[in-house]
Amino acid sequence: MTGDKIKKTIKTIRIDVDKCNGCRACEMICSAFHATPKYSSNNPARSRIRIIREPLRDLYVPVYAGEYTVAECAGRDKYTIDGKEYDECSFCRASCPSRDEFKEPDSGLPLKCDMCEGEEEPLCVKWCMHDALILEEREEEVEELEEQEDLEIGLGSLADKYGLQTIMDALSRMSKKD
Amino acid sequence: MRYAETGFNLEVDLTRGNIEKVASDPRDTELYLGGLGTNAKILWDRVPPEVDAFSPENLLIFGAGLLCGTPAVGCNRTIVSTISPQTKLLAFSMMGGFFAPELKYAGFDKVILRGKSSNLVYLWINNDTVEIRDASHLKGKGSLETAEAIKKELKQPKAQVAAIGMAGENRVLYASIEQGRSSASRGGIGAVMGDKGVKAIVVRGTKDINIAQPLEYMELCNEVMEYIQFRNENPIPGVMPILAGLGSPQEMKVHDEKWHTENFMWGNSRTRRRDFWNDEVAREWMETLDQSRTRLISCYNCPMTCGATISMPGLPTYMMKCFTKLTYTMGAFSNLDFGLRIAQKATEYGLDGFSAPQVMAFALELLENGILTDKDFPDMPTDNEGRFFYLLDKIVRREGIGDILANGTYWAAREIGNGAQDYAHNNIKKIEQLPLKLSMLNPIYFLMYCTGEKINITQIEGQFPQAPYPKKEHREKFCEDWIQVPDEKFKQYFLDWEPRGENSMPFYPTVDMCCDIVDWQEKMHYIDDALGQCSGLSAFPLKPPYHIHNYPKFISAGAGIDMDEDKLSKAAKRYRTLVRAINIRRGMRRKDEKPPEDHWKKRFPELEKELLDAYYKFKGWNNEGIPTKESLYDLGLDYVSKDFVERGILTDCEDSPDKDMPDEDVLAEKEKK
Ligand code: SF4
Ligand code: SF4
Ligand code: SF4
Repeated sequence: MTGDKIKKTIKTIRIDVDKCNGCRACEMICSAFHATPKYSSNNPARSRIRIIREPLRDLYVPVYAGEYTVAECAGRDKYTIDGKEYDECSFCRASCPSRDEFKEPDSGLPLKCDMCEGEEEPLCVKWCMHDALILEEREEEVEELEEQEDLEIGLGSLADKYGLQTIMDALSRMSKKD
Repeated sequence: MRYAETGFNLEVDLTRGNIEKVASDPRDTELYLGGLGTNAKILWDRVPPEVDAFSPENLLIFGAGLLCGTPAVGCNRTIVSTISPQTKLLAFSMMGGFFAPELKYAGFDKVILRGKSSNLVYLWINNDTVEIRDASHLKGKGSLETAEAIKKELKQPKAQVAAIGMAGENRVLYASIEQGRSSASRGGIGAVMGDKGVKAIVVRGTKDINIAQPLEYMELCNEVMEYIQFRNENPIPGVMPILAGLGSPQEMKVHDEKWHTENFMWGNSRTRRRDFWNDEVAREWMETLDQSRTRLISCYNCPMTCGATISMPGLPTYMMKCFTKLTYTMGAFSNLDFGLRIAQKATEYGLDGFSAPQVMAFALELLENGILTDKDFPDMPTDNEGRFFYLLDKIVRREGIGDILANGTYWAAREIGNGAQDYAHNNIKKIEQLPLKLSMLNPIYFLMYCTGEKINITQIEGQFPQAPYPKKEHREKFCEDWIQVPDEKFKQYFLDWEPRGENSMPFYPTVDMCCDIVDWQEKMHYIDDALGQCSGLSAFPLKPPYHIHNYPKFISAGAGIDMDEDKLSKAAKRYRTLVRAINIRRGMRRKDEKPPEDHWKKRFPELEKELLDAYYKFKGWNNEGIPTKESLYDLGLDYVSKDFVERGILTDCEDSPDKDMPDEDVLAEKEKK
């Protein structure tokens, strides 16, 4: 690690919950974009954005998938804003064992928002016609850090779930098949 | 692999508690598309005319449209089809919201209910795990209350719930099925669900829906999105606000109700109040709506926000859209505050917002005119609003007079007798219509009222302007970017249409033009209902984003079915004819195809006859409205024609109208014996 300063574009999505109408277009398009091949299928359960939507309590929270965590938090947050009580963990981005948010439905692998790498604009932002999601970009100088690869995070989470030995056995079995 | 659809239906036998996942035939998708189309095929095959609405053999089908669950904007309709207890014909109400996509993600295109459960149950579909669960603890609960309770007990906040309220449980013939911000209301399908002992269907799905040609499909979806944006920024000039934009009529957004309140009828659809709207009313109603409307909300994958959450002070929150905003208010000659309050109860009870207020107004009219008496309304409050709340409760509980009123104005009037029939004046095919009474016959609307088998004008109108534009230059302007017309001739029809003079109603558009226009309008609704597309972005508004030119591409790229305009038109005609065939087999004939007697003041019997004759012919139906053998053959519906001949509906040698068909009074007599 060098500790050098580098320029980085910070992308922020401004979320205005008052403008969200609960349509879940953002979930839909995110899941379609991340299908392989691109757009070949769609399934909001695979989306990297989730709408916490409870119309009768007027709760609408778009939440983005953030880091994967091995263990759930010891303490949890419960907010009341403008007299509305939000459920535990409503604003948390973590793919965490305490809930089924931000996990691939069949494998359980963690999902994380990648800001739609390769697209001009995050697609959830583009599809949100009510401007509940707005992209802002700015330049910042940051310390260079080695980023952990997606693959490594995925493998790590599998190891947490099944144990490292099981994963290694499975891998060696799979490689023999090929 | 199946594209856009899942290829599986869920068959549930409630009598035996049997659940089966059954693969559907991909050839049926090609012929009937999906949604209403394939629903109609199943109902034709499996529900013969001897089966009545409340027989265990009647099916209740929840069909997700072919493209539901794909990225097509606003494609989220569940088409609920069954035999209606009110009309005794096919009912095919649709609901928006979130149910259809969720069902597709769970891996099913349809849920098909048959039989009857002996105790109240709900169906829980969690991907491939499907259970019938006890619902006795939910008996009598409101539709939204039920949805909340079930999501809680299953710990499934993301499940979608379609539920009935007390009206459905007690088989009120105009009971609805409610699903959050949406409902399937017309034709009493909630009563069929109640009769089957099903309180709710609950679904959660986390599987994929596949697209045949992903990049092409996304391109089409993006075009639709851009066009919606364009139309939102460029409303159509020269028409009233609800016709200028897209979406279902934007009743939750508008404050100015001058047009509806002064043009639609009040009470039991009789009284027009031309000077109703004034500053005082405007201020009061605006306050009511502003204070109660928490948020405008959309259906799945749609930006149009046609619905709203409504929290009236002191009452539980509920959701609403469209014209229910005004039906109770106007039925009771009251104000918006009352309308939104009683609608909260009616939504929990699960009632059709068109029929219910008219039935109540009808009952009070009978009381005023001495056909019913005070004895029929024990302990009824004396104030106007109180009476409506009283009647609402009597009806959904089927108590006293409510038991008769729960059958709708047509059947109630027959049972009450003593001249009551004259008060059930606003029905077509036994079902209450929008409260509209007009002056000059409109030939296009005449045909739509007569022949629409959804039996609701909003479900057949659209596309073509409702009235001529006074100035030629405005008409020319309108035609400039009118890309949705199936043929250039429609532009000419419109260009030549004048408010006065030779080219004005009722004789212009000419009979032949009317046939073309009505056929186009109806076709678009039928396509929507097979694909699961909300007509608010398609068949209903002027210049919609979906139309006959891009629909075939959506089907080809999405479902992988080779499609073009002709093939699509023919498919739509095929299942449209099948819908008619189901109704013909149930006794519907020309005599049933008429608007309410008093819908227009100025009528033209000869022209009307000519219109109907010509339209029947245009559609390939004989003079009784029965599809001819030739047209059935042409559509590949030989099995229908065979059945018609066997039943004596058509004769073997020619397509003569069956003069001997007993009419329903005779049938009713027989039933009594
Ligand atoms: S697309 Fe926008 S309005 Fe719709 S759910 Fe997502 S954030 Fe809300
Ligand atoms: S930015 Fe892209 S990856 Fe992230 S949630 Fe939005 S659509 Fe998904
Ligand atoms: S246009 Fe309105 S009713 Fe139609 S799908 Fe969109 S939000 Fe729902």
